Amino acid sequence: MALSARPALWRLARIEFDPVRGQRVLLYPEGAMLLNDTGAEILALCDGRRTVADIASDLGRKYDAEVTDDVAAYLAALAERELIHDAGGTPPYAR
Amino acid sequence: MPDERPDSAPPGHPTTLLAELTWRCPLHCPYCSNPVDLALARGELATGDWLRILSEARALGVLQLGLSGGEPLVRRDLEAIVAHARAIGLYTTLVTSALGLTADRCRRLADAGIDHIQISFQDSERASAERIAGTASWEKKQAAAALVKTLGVAFTVNVVLHRANLDRIDDIIRMAGDLGADRLELANTQYYGWALANRDALMPTREQLARAEGVVDAAIARYRGRMQILYVLPDYYQDYPKPCMGGWGAVYLVVAPDGRVLPCQAATHITSLEYSSARDHPLEWIWRESPSFRAYRGEGWMRDPCRGCDRRSLDHGGCRCQAFALTGDARNADPVCIKSADHALVTAARIASTREAPPFTWRGVRAAAGSAG
Repeated sequence: MALSARPALWRLARIEFDPVRGQRVLLYPEGAMLLNDTGAEILALCDGRRTVADIASDLGRKYDAEVTDDVAAYLAALAERELIHDAGGTPPYAR
Repeated sequence: MPDERPDSAPPGHPTTLLAELTWRCPLHCPYCSNPVDLALARGELATGDWLRILSEARALGVLQLGLSGGEPLVRRDLEAIVAHARAIGLYTTLVTSALGLTADRCRRLADAGIDHIQISFQDSERASAERIAGTASWEKKQAAAALVKTLGVAFTVNVVLHRANLDRIDDIIRMAGDLGADRLELANTQYYGWALANRDALMPTREQLARAEGVVDAAIARYRGRMQILYVLPDYYQDYPKPCMGGWGAVYLVVAPDGRVLPCQAATHITSLEYSSARDHPLEWIWRESPSFRAYRGEGWMRDPCRGCDRRSLDHGGCRCQAFALTGDARNADPVCIKSADHALVTAARIASTREAPPFTWRGVRAAAGSAG
């Protein structure tokens, strides 16, 4: 996913907090992905408006670290599984 | 008691509960995984039982709920069950034939918070679809799919593949795309229950499968971003067995209409085990402690060739139900495995696929079991 992409969560997925595991979890048709704190923080910023670069710079400032590569790799893996998409491009599953 | 060697390791959290709300169904599909003896010993669970079971499942860690059957729409309390599931944070899928899915019920299910509706289609061609379903169903399914599309919930088309529809895989994929499905599940028949009784009528040839897989691969790429396509492999044609259920009692549990709790929806076929009922025991005890869930959990139960196999942590020895159905002992390796001493049972079934298909035995409450195994 390019740094200029504007990631948004798949409209069929939603995030819940799971009190049993004490973790946030991404739920979608026939699947569930446990999120660590960092992952949940990244996904919370995937609002279809911020770019990948925006998200990386927000988190980089917060943690005073260079996180662009890590954020981009994490989002690329989610995009590969079609759990997020680039809302700046052709919106998949949008009708 | 079964011949068991329970694993000492405690189980983790289950992630998925399949609630078989009823075994009643308006369809008669010959590949149904339901028991061929559909008589219910103790009747169906009441609404209050289901709500309690869902809460217990959520407390155990279950995240995904499948509402299945039979046809779950025949239960008039379906909406109440969905509303409860949503209230406690479960992601809820309705697995339905769509017969009975009227505009009114669609709206009530959406109001109750259903996340995902999965409709079965038998074929892309009306005559064949209705022959397989054993009843007039084509127009009802098409109309229901259009209704589901208006709800904005996740919509999956599910097609069970076999030798009578596999050659139309191109049209089946196009139909699902035209129906506006978000997802298409193409599931090669798994041979349990009625499907095992009908195996020779359902088993495709290797040539049919090779062609279909090429079509599916191309379609996955073509539909990417519009419709997700999942393809469930035909396990009889693999060299190694499927990692069934992610392992026995590892992440998945099923509650049957009469309250029995199973590690897999086909587990009633293992007649050497007795399954505890959610009417009599808390779900947590059944999950952690019951003899049936401990029987094949982990690897302690394994014999050769599974015991010393370097793949045992990948496929868990395959499917216990299939091992039992084909060999009479659930501790044997799944005969799909090329290392299984009983693998010839599977190659014989493949060879049978090259002969003329016998007629179907349609699923029905009064029908005879057919020639299973």
